[in-house]
Amino acid sequence: MFVLRLVLKNALRHKLRTSLTILGIGIAVMSFGFIRTIVTAWSAGVEASAATRMITRHAVSFIFPLPLAYRDKIARIPGVDQVSYANWFGGNYKDPNDWKNFFPRLAVDDETYFDLYPEFLLSTEDVEAFKKERNACIIGAKLAREHGLKRGDLIPIDGDIYPGEWEFVVRGVYRGKDATVDETQMFFHWQYLDERVGQTQPMRVGNVGWYILNVKNPDEMARVAQEVDAFFLNSRAATKTETEKEFQQSFVSQSSAIISSLEIISIIIVGIILLVLANTIVMAARERTREHAVLKTLGFRPFHVIGLIGGESMLIAIVGGALGLALTFPVVGGFAESFPTFFPVVELQIMTILLAVAVAVFAGVAAALFPTIRTLRSRIADGLRAVA
Amino acid sequence: MNIPLFYSLRSIWQRRMTTILTLGGITLVVFVFAAVLMLANGLEETLVETGSDANVIVLRRSATTELVSQITRNSANIIKTHPEVKQLPDGKPLASTELNVIINLNKKGSNDMGNVSVRGISPEGLLLRPHLILTSGRMFTFGTNEIIVGKSLAEKFQGVELRKQLKFGDGQWTVVGFFDARGTAFESEIWGDVEQLMPAFGRPVFSVVLFQLRDPADFTSVKERIESDPRTQSSIAKREIDYYRESSQTMSMFIKILGLVVTIIFSIGATIGAMITMYAAVANRTVEIGTLRALGFRRRSILGAFLFESIVLALIGGAAGVALASLTSLIRISTINFSTFSELAFGFVLSPGIVLASLIFAVIMGILGGFLPAARAARMQIVSALRAS
Repeated sequence: MFVLRLVLKNALRHKLRTSLTILGIGIAVMSFGFIRTIVTAWSAGVEASAATRMITRHAVSFIFPLPLAYRDKIARIPGVDQVSYANWFGGNYKDPNDWKNFFPRLAVDDETYFDLYPEFLLSTEDVEAFKKERNACIIGAKLAREHGLKRGDLIPIDGDIYPGEWEFVVRGVYRGKDATVDETQMFFHWQYLDERVGQTQPMRVGNVGWYILNVKNPDEMARVAQEVDAFFLNSRAATKTETEKEFQQSFVSQSSAIISSLEIISIIIVGIILLVLANTIVMAARERTREHAVLKTLGFRPFHVIGLIGGESMLIAIVGGALGLALTFPVVGGFAESFPTFFPVVELQIMTILLAVAVAVFAGVAAALFPTIRTLRSRIADGLRAVA
Repeated sequence: MNIPLFYSLRSIWQRRMTTILTLGGITLVVFVFAAVLMLANGLEETLVETGSDANVIVLRRSATTELVSQITRNSANIIKTHPEVKQLPDGKPLASTELNVIINLNKKGSNDMGNVSVRGISPEGLLLRPHLILTSGRMFTFGTNEIIVGKSLAEKFQGVELRKQLKFGDGQWTVVGFFDARGTAFESEIWGDVEQLMPAFGRPVFSVVLFQLRDPADFTSVKERIESDPRTQSSIAKREIDYYRESSQTMSMFIKILGLVVTIIFSIGATIGAMITMYAAVANRTVEIGTLRALGFRRRSILGAFLFESIVLALIGGAAGVALASLTSLIRISTINFSTFSELAFGFVLSPGIVLASLIFAVIMGILGGFLPAARAARMQIVSALRAS
């Protein structure tokens, strides 16, 4: 108890220095939490993928389409409960050089797609209205907010993969079941795409970007993947079937170099936190060399000294860490608010919070290490003679 | 009268431990700052150097990348006959009709899948890129299923070996050579005969037409001609160098924005570290400051001396940070380029501008961290300062 009171008094001796240190650590912990959040946002698609879905795409790469005729053949494979399909539409909305205007645009099978993606919450009226109109589309709530779009508005798209001027009318707005669902996508009728493409490029009729397979029993997935791919192995277009998680992961891992860079930056931030804190603790311990010698003379044990220096270090680290975490929430929230389509899902995860706390505790311990050892080793007589 | 500069310099040395800790913080921040800029710069240079000023690339209008562009054989033939297109001695246009698609290969080591760009070229395609040199093996023979592979790609992906076959599209493709393209984006590509690759991928149309100008100044007139000709008006002509510059923009903006915003935020942490050190320096030297004032040095001189001390500290940290960052130029990273969806290898490239920007950044940290402590030192009363113990 006595040591605790002394720690508190010591920390308050240089109010300016202590508060600056806390502020410095707080800002660094906040940057740490922010970077870790970006890293997790990167793989949000992997986290959000459902355990019951598999994706079948062209074996060569995702840019090559599969024939529509595969649908029935896939559906007949045992273990596959339902099949749907979609195409990446691409195109440019307004100025393509402004990344704000980039959002996923998918042509989907209106009969089945939303059955396979129950996490997109839609009202029955919206679904009815969507189905009635050829060029209708459904957009995510976040996308609607970002671009001020509402039901009945037109979305003009300048086609690139599918050339031409396109116009879609918003007939529905979906919400995500929870915070992990991407609310920035746009869906429209695959049938409409197919008809329009047929008018100018008849060779491209009946092309499907990828199939989505509903496999209720996860134990069957490996076998289903193998059977689907074996079935089409010698067809015009061989397939690659994998779980939705693996499919998403393969996109994420392609930018693994960027993710590793961010991770390295986060480690460097830990280093900065440590340096700032160590600087303060080293200074404090040096100023109090004589006091520590007096304490030792009075018969205080080494653990008292450890408690004094380590306690002050931990106190500052934890208060700084708490301040940093408190700052992280509004910063992550503000980032998600100002760049809604940059990353579809930005969420401060429990894991990130725990990591930030661990970093603060680690810094608290590590910063105290060197000055504590020095104080313990110094001889009392030298300590008493020291001039701060 | 000014306080001699070595007073400040000696003072820095006097408190080695704190000085080193403070320097460490500034070094790390400047390191990240410089490395982020170097990475964005490396990406831009890789792509900008890929394109040539004398070449023109024709894409479908509204296509921002080769990947989604489509040019029919008819349009290609019309484009090639324009008078601005340079002719070879035999009278043929110096133009290449090209295909660009993506295939998946697995990376060495991690077994992760990567998107690899495959380019089909016409025989003239090589003349349009004189910086491309074969490092081993030989050039592929037109009319056969032979391919050559860029150096960076061969290092990173599985199964890419001389005389070995790769399977994609409708066929087996034999790797007959590796090429060096002076670190440009082509080094991350696979090249083959466009007329073999198109049927193999079931593509009836080219992706782009690339040609060399007779005179680089002819660009505006040929652009005008292509984009107004009713037979090719759905196309757009760009200088090749501009096309590649644009394809670096999304990614380099991304790196810069994310990297710099984060760096500037946590630099505040390190600046505060410097401020703590400077406050301590001022507090420890209260009597000294009083003495200096009593000797007749002005408040302004005291302010200058402490600010100078802080700036020197920051500059040393900044220089160390830049030196550390320059080591990253030994590293080459390979990642997906968001604009082209395909794998691109590039490095960290230092430039005089980046060195300058990093040092200025360090000096700003020094000024921000040193100003308040220096002001406190300057404001001290002579008598009370001298009396302090």
